[in-house]
Amino acid sequence: MLEVRGVEAAYGPFLALSGVTLTARPGEIVALLGPNGAGKTTLIRCITGLLRPRAGGIRWEDAPLDRVPAHAIVERGIAVVPEGRRLFGAMTVEENLELGAFVPRARPQRAARLEHVYTIFPMLRERRRQITRALSGGQQQMVAIGRALMAGPKLLLLDEPSLGLAPRLVESIFDVLREINRSGVSILLVEQNVQAALTLSHRAYLLEAGRVAGEGSAAALLDDPRVRRAYLGPLAR
Amino acid sequence: MTPLFQQLVLGLLIGGLYGLAAAGLSLVFGVLKVLNVAHGQLIMLGGYGAFWLFALRGLDPFASLAVVIPAALVAGGVLYWTLFGWVVRAPEETRVKNSLLIGFGLALALEAAAVRLWTADERSVTTGYAGAVLTVAGLAVPVVRLASLALALALCGGLHLVLARWRWGRAIRATAEDWEAALMTGIDVRRAYLLAFALGTALAGAAGTLVSVGYSISPSIGLEWTLKALIVVVLAGLGSMLGTFVGGLVLGLAEAVSATVFGGPYREVVGLVVFFVVLVARPRGLFVR
Repeated sequence: MLEVRGVEAAYGPFLALSGVTLTARPGEIVALLGPNGAGKTTLIRCITGLLRPRAGGIRWEDAPLDRVPAHAIVERGIAVVPEGRRLFGAMTVEENLELGAFVPRARPQRAARLEHVYTIFPMLRERRRQITRALSGGQQQMVAIGRALMAGPKLLLLDEPSLGLAPRLVESIFDVLREINRSGVSILLVEQNVQAALTLSHRAYLLEAGRVAGEGSAAALLDDPRVRRAYLGPLAR
Repeated sequence: MTPLFQQLVLGLLIGGLYGLAAAGLSLVFGVLKVLNVAHGQLIMLGGYGAFWLFALRGLDPFASLAVVIPAALVAGGVLYWTLFGWVVRAPEETRVKNSLLIGFGLALALEAAAVRLWTADERSVTTGYAGAVLTVAGLAVPVVRLASLALALALCGGLHLVLARWRWGRAIRATAEDWEAALMTGIDVRRAYLLAFALGTALAGAAGTLVSVGYSISPSIGLEWTLKALIVVVLAGLGSMLGTFVGGLVLGLAEAVSATVFGGPYREVVGLVVFFVVLVARPRGLFVR
């Protein structure tokens, strides 16, 4: 349902993606792995319409996505948890969540979804009147995921949701992602935490220097000695 | 002591209008990252709008707010479509620079148009009750100016509510904080810009109307009002309309003290001194945490 074909993208003269092809099918969790600067975030920016590909195409539910204005992407059923969370820090937790349901497709169910988000993250219900900036990193990540869920997405993009979080917190966030996926939401997950990402996902793509350097089922990649050496360190067994 | 207190009362009364003038500028600057240096000229036009409605139609200036505000809202939308909408296509860092050029051009054009339409004479809206004065504890409080202060507070409070409660009000605040994140939550930020600019212009129109009742207007008052509004924005910081209103009161009071202590001609100087001191000591504004 998401089809990225031969996408090239550049920041000025600097080519960040040189021909990336990947797909995410309904119900899948697909991980996008790779070192810093490999182009992972750039690809997310292309899918969310913040950056226009220079060549290639992005299709979503059999219609081109790369001509759709950025603000209309959410309405198509794609929500994003951006790198660094990008919350509205001066606004309350609940205001952030409600803004997640800003688009017309999400408005009718916003009360039910808010309840749903508070069920997943009970902590947020307690803090719903607090200014988001005052929350801890983990709590802010919950708000960011909650805000994306408020849109009722069919595909959820997550850019480094584990960044800067304690390992136990990462585990609980990933548990939540598994639950979200079981409820029928496809997930495209950008991660540096390769072990955790491969454990969670069904398939994965390895991105290197703006190209897909490898792909396969998560189980196969987890066993691949090259992947283990490159991403999990020489001591990984 | 009485002259000082009398000055303070008058300072507080005009301070409310400084706050209202600054609220519009602050909204536009905070959301679009565009400095509209023609804001004072928009205030001036709002004043002439009320003047015309009074002189030609006999409409009470306070009632004319009901005409001036919607008209200014539309005018703001048109200005955004024709001029400022182009500026926001530029990256954020270059917007202020570009907006200064457009703003100064617009300011000159509006001023010239006002001279044509209404001549360079000073005007004011002089109603039957214009001279009414309340005496409180030996201090004279002009009724019209007191009503203006109350209306200015009501308008700033109203804007605060619009931004806090209305769906698009929240979208405007979200856009002000992080326009890319706003886009990613599905907010059409161009529309948020348009709405913010229109609201800012409407506030300028309202401020102008109140200036024309309690004070006087001429085609050349624009720059002075832009300057006052800018000082208040620096004083109060961005992000809180009620903070901006209080900032206006602070400037009004500071001017009153300065006028009493150093004499009338130094009234304006204090604003610039405050501007400088705040920029050096608290560059994000007095009320921003």
